[in-house]
Amino acid sequence: MDKQMSAAQVVAQLRDGMTIGIGGWGPRRKPMALVREILRSELRDLTLVSYGGADVGMLCAAGKVKKVVFAFVSLDFIPLEPYFRQARQSAAIEVMEIDEGMMLLGLRAAAWGVPFIPTEVGLGTDIITKNPAIKVIDSPYDDKEWVAMPALPLDASLIHVDRADKRGVCQIAGPDHYMDDWFARAADKTYVSCDELVSTDYFHDPAQARMVHWERSATTGVVPIPGGAHPSSCSPLYGFDVPHFKAYVASAREEAGFAGYCEQFLGASEEEYQQNVGGLEAIRAIELPTY
Amino acid sequence: MTAATDYTLAELCIVAASQAFANEGEVLATGIGVIPRLAASLAMKTTNPDLMMTDSEAWMLSEPNPIGSRSEDFVPATESWMGFSRIFDNVWSGKRHAMLGPTQIDKYGQSNTSALGGTYEQPKVMMLGARGFPGNSISHPNSFFVPSHNTRVFMEGECDFVSSIGYNPARLPRGHSLDDIDIRLVVTDLCVMDFGGPDHQVRLVSLHPGISVEQVQENTGYEIHIPGEVPPTAAPTLEQLSIIAAMDPHNQRAHQIKDNPPGDRS
Repeated sequence: MDKQMSAAQVVAQLRDGMTIGIGGWGPRRKPMALVREILRSELRDLTLVSYGGADVGMLCAAGKVKKVVFAFVSLDFIPLEPYFRQARQSAAIEVMEIDEGMMLLGLRAAAWGVPFIPTEVGLGTDIITKNPAIKVIDSPYDDKEWVAMPALPLDASLIHVDRADKRGVCQIAGPDHYMDDWFARAADKTYVSCDELVSTDYFHDPAQARMVHWERSATTGVVPIPGGAHPSSCSPLYGFDVPHFKAYVASAREEAGFAGYCEQFLGASEEEYQQNVGGLEAIRAIELPTY
Repeated sequence: MTAATDYTLAELCIVAASQAFANEGEVLATGIGVIPRLAASLAMKTTNPDLMMTDSEAWMLSEPNPIGSRSEDFVPATESWMGFSRIFDNVWSGKRHAMLGPTQIDKYGQSNTSALGGTYEQPKVMMLGARGFPGNSISHPNSFFVPSHNTRVFMEGECDFVSSIGYNPARLPRGHSLDDIDIRLVVTDLCVMDFGGPDHQVRLVSLHPGISVEQVQENTGYEIHIPGEVPPTAAPTLEQLSIIAAMDPHNQRAHQIKDNPPGDRS
């Protein structure tokens, strides 16, 4: 079995109006090369589900987004995501704002094929009052009310990992795989970009296999793209690109805005993008952050 | 234990905030931001060695990490994996106490991290989003740190967006009582407060040296319960200051409160 694809082939599988889950967390291990391929496409009206960073900001800025399901959109060391702010402050997008843990529950419910998971989370807050689609229900077992966190089924998930084989065995060697296993399981199709394509025997070492967080049947396509998380991090291979993020944030204050950013960096292909940001060696040389 | 005479307001706040974790037993202390993180670290190294802490990335530590860049040969005292998905298992078990700094805190102790002004569909200022505040606030004790005590943070009326549940009877979920909600300390650059007044009204606990009751009330958009006697916030001891310095070798604490004022402003 060979699940290798190009980024363009992944985007060709996506349709207007789809609900797309994006793995990673803020500025960390985002499938940015796949996001860039969407930026180069005609796709639109997407609903995004993400622990959001520049993935959400860029797609909003490019007019690709109808709705964002989020608990935060942040670059961490730069707390506020400039283009997500612009989109919200100009009412350009619809939102479903939930708690970080509720998103995990919604993905789990979708993965498990249940319509909702009961939780206390959200009670007493505007998560409930601003989301009429999230119901508060009676319990058959006690006299309390509970939030019925609805399943968040995804048409497709986009994830970036350190290594994968062509059959879709994916390894996240960094310290945290975030909720990527649940994004993979909640989605109808899961497309994974990887920094390194390895042969299957790489995983014969149990220490390597221990860092595989979902079984290959949950992986639809594998896209080898070294450096493909840039400007987000792919720890331990490279950190996030602080100067690049600063330039990205600064572009939102300039007249050319995101178009100016794209003009400077995006290019017609990932090869061009990487040339525009200093090349793969420069990406791989970016220091890991200290927390 | 000798009380220091020369200390900064940031150090006073760290020591005051560390009190939030003193009697918590074996829970995960999460301090977001330099002062809350140092407060949790100080508590773990002094009043409550049973506390648990992470490295703010994905590992649980037996000893808190110093803040900022560390030498090449530094070895963190890792004791277990603690990625974000496991954090939620911990949150929902209730074995956690978080100290965070929201943008608004209203008279009910409800807080806002999401958006300011305008309408929900089109806020004037979009901020972070609700993050983990809804889940934290209903699952485990929480404290707040506010580096600038003013009427924009402690505003009149209700938060523009309620990210975390507070002592608001109108929003109380059925089957719950206000006593289920557990907001502990509110440490600011002026004072320490809690919600121990009548009917969970915000109450003045201590005043930082040189600050008056009037100053606190003037900078708060709602009425504070003032007990008959309000002690001054205890000055750090020399031992506490030396632990704080070791936990913050690059002196990031000096940049957390505007102009890094001295702890005693009398």
